[in-house]
Amino acid sequence: MSLLEETVAWFSEPAQWSGATGIPWRLAQHIGYTALAVAAAALVAVPLGLYIGHTGRWRNLAVLSTGALRALPTLGLLTLLALQLGIGLSAPIIALAVLCVPPLLAGIYSGLEAVDPATVDAARAQGMTEAHVILRVELPLAMPLIIGGLRSAVLQVIATATVAAFIGVGGLGRYIIDGLAVSDTARVLGGAVVVVILALVIDALFAAAQRLSAHFADPATPTKERHA
Amino acid sequence: MNWALTNYERLLDLVWQHTWISGSAIALGFALALPVGWAAYAMKSSPHGAVRQLSGVTVSLSSVLYTIPSLPLFVIMPTILGLGWLNPINVLIALVIYAFAIMVRGVVDALNAVPPSVLDSAAACGFSRGQRAISVTLPLAGPVMLAALRVVSVSTVSLLSIGALVGVSNLGSLFTNGFNRNFPTEILTGVVLTVALALVFDLLLVAAGRLLMPWNSVVSAGGSA
Amino acid sequence: MIEFRSVGKRFADGTRAVSDFSLTVPSHTTTVLVGSSGCGKTTLLRSVNRMVDLTEGKILIDDDDIAARDPVQLRRSIGYVMQHAGLLPHRRVIDNVATVLRLNGVPKAAARQRAAQVLETVGLDASVHRKYPSQLSGGQQQRVGVARALANDPNILLMDEPFGAVDPIVRAELQQEMRRLQQDLKKTIVFVTHDIEEAFALGDQVVILREGGKVAQVGAPAEILARPADEFVARFIGLEHGRRQLRVRDENGRRIVVDEHGRPAGVLE
Repeated sequence: MSLLEETVAWFSEPAQWSGATGIPWRLAQHIGYTALAVAAAALVAVPLGLYIGHTGRWRNLAVLSTGALRALPTLGLLTLLALQLGIGLSAPIIALAVLCVPPLLAGIYSGLEAVDPATVDAARAQGMTEAHVILRVELPLAMPLIIGGLRSAVLQVIATATVAAFIGVGGLGRYIIDGLAVSDTARVLGGAVVVVILALVIDALFAAAQRLSAHFADPATPTKERHA
Repeated sequence: MNWALTNYERLLDLVWQHTWISGSAIALGFALALPVGWAAYAMKSSPHGAVRQLSGVTVSLSSVLYTIPSLPLFVIMPTILGLGWLNPINVLIALVIYAFAIMVRGVVDALNAVPPSVLDSAAACGFSRGQRAISVTLPLAGPVMLAALRVVSVSTVSLLSIGALVGVSNLGSLFTNGFNRNFPTEILTGVVLTVALALVFDLLLVAAGRLLMPWNSVVSAGGSA
Repeated sequence: MIEFRSVGKRFADGTRAVSDFSLTVPSHTTTVLVGSSGCGKTTLLRSVNRMVDLTEGKILIDDDDIAARDPVQLRRSIGYVMQHAGLLPHRRVIDNVATVLRLNGVPKAAARQRAAQVLETVGLDASVHRKYPSQLSGGQQQRVGVARALANDPNILLMDEPFGAVDPIVRAELQQEMRRLQQDLKKTIVFVTHDIEEAFALGDQVVILREGGKVAQVGAPAEILARPADEFVARFIGLEHGRRQLRVRDENGRRIVVDEHGRPAGVLE
């Protein structure tokens, strides 16, 4: 049997479609970890990003730490935290959250920064409070870029959650890590294919959301020429 | 610290592995992205609608490549290439794909950022198309390309360590090994060395940028009047 | 001498910039094309060095049809100055000025030597040679732009709103400098502007254009002022609002020139 046939055969086994090692449950785990990590990161990134984007303070610090975090090897962070915090969900979730703060933060502050200062000034001149300015002017206008940041953050976490199987958590990465351990190539490839499909689907959903939000932020988006 | 000193030979070997694999991936990714990105940029101003669309498709396809998670790509690569599982070329080519994916967009953005007025004035001075591309467009796109290349460089060095999971030896091997042996010092050493390597690459790129694009670091007179 | 013969240009998207435009630009004089935006003046200018290719008619330079010339070679033989100078930001001032010479195959050292001379002619000393364009003021950049156009000693100089982006004081300075330069150099200059004051200040021959590149009036500034061809010209040159109907008034023993509304315009010596 060729590898392709073996992989197809792996997908058609009934065991893959039910129970704690089946694709549906592992997929749910994977999405669950991702949601948890992104939510945890958002708790830090949203207020911080709004503060930096709105006031322009601490900007250099944010840029610098974003760059530095990008250099941090994900596998190194995962294994180190796992050894420090022990087996369980806290180590991988913290690691995943840390890694997705930079893209989230960058999306928010650069989104707010990209809003025309004249528009913000005009809003203030009409008597809006700072909270109004953020909620009614800056956030809606920055939404496409914020969703762009969320998009890279989520994709980053989906990829890293796969790697996290190495430190013993569930999710789709299990197929790859376990398959590698016992040289079961069909399982490895099967798992890889599911992760890739998940990533592509999520990416497509975010692309649609980004387009939609761009339309809300500026209903004239398709004919953007007139702003140039 | 003691552990690092007693194991410096192995560490040196891993640093070397990490350097050549990520270094070649960055260089190859850039070398491939430059012509492709340039073609996409050139197609964008084509009089034919179909060609203009092809330009957009090229950029979107390359960014889709970037959304493929790394570990799956690392394990799919041996099957596609037909090489042995432990061959570092698998990981190298996967990294080239990522570098290419980021860089194509970087090249297109860089070329788009070249002021049309400067290109226009160069044409009016009598630069031929070829001369203008080489001695005006390319250098002026340099700063933005460099910025993209720095992102590529940092993320490539970091991504490579995941290759240790498929058995390709590099600084990431310190993470897998340290985890299996329950030995944080080894992991920490790996983290420090990986970040340091990324920093060295970055400094080299910045230095090359200063050397090749001296005009980019001068302080401007300010004011347009 | 440059001759426009029934020149027309329609762009690929169907918009018509110019139709049936004819004009003779005498050698060694300055001809200013002036008109509001959209009158086709820049299109006309850019068709002289084939930055724009005509769809109708032809342009002759000293009786040779430029359509037969290689565009790149043609451009190297004609000086071109544009708004915002259009300098190459990645090259030092001296090398910006030497650009066309280098393109024409002049060795680097000789090209730089010549560039230094021309820079001096436009009033810039050696201290700017090693600088990059972004390190100069707008007025200085514009001078470098003029120097670059003159470096190759071309017979023809095309200037596209060259002083449009500098402040009024610097603009007046540059205009004065232009007049001085032209007295010495006697180039054939085609100059485009939307500013009628600038047109009158610099042009030996002024061409007032309406929309679509149609000539409203051609003549020396004094002729146009004395006998505007029609109401459009009169309005364009500012006769209508009385800005140019000047009277002399005595003010504490000095003779002050005032306009129709009594606003002071100058002092009569």
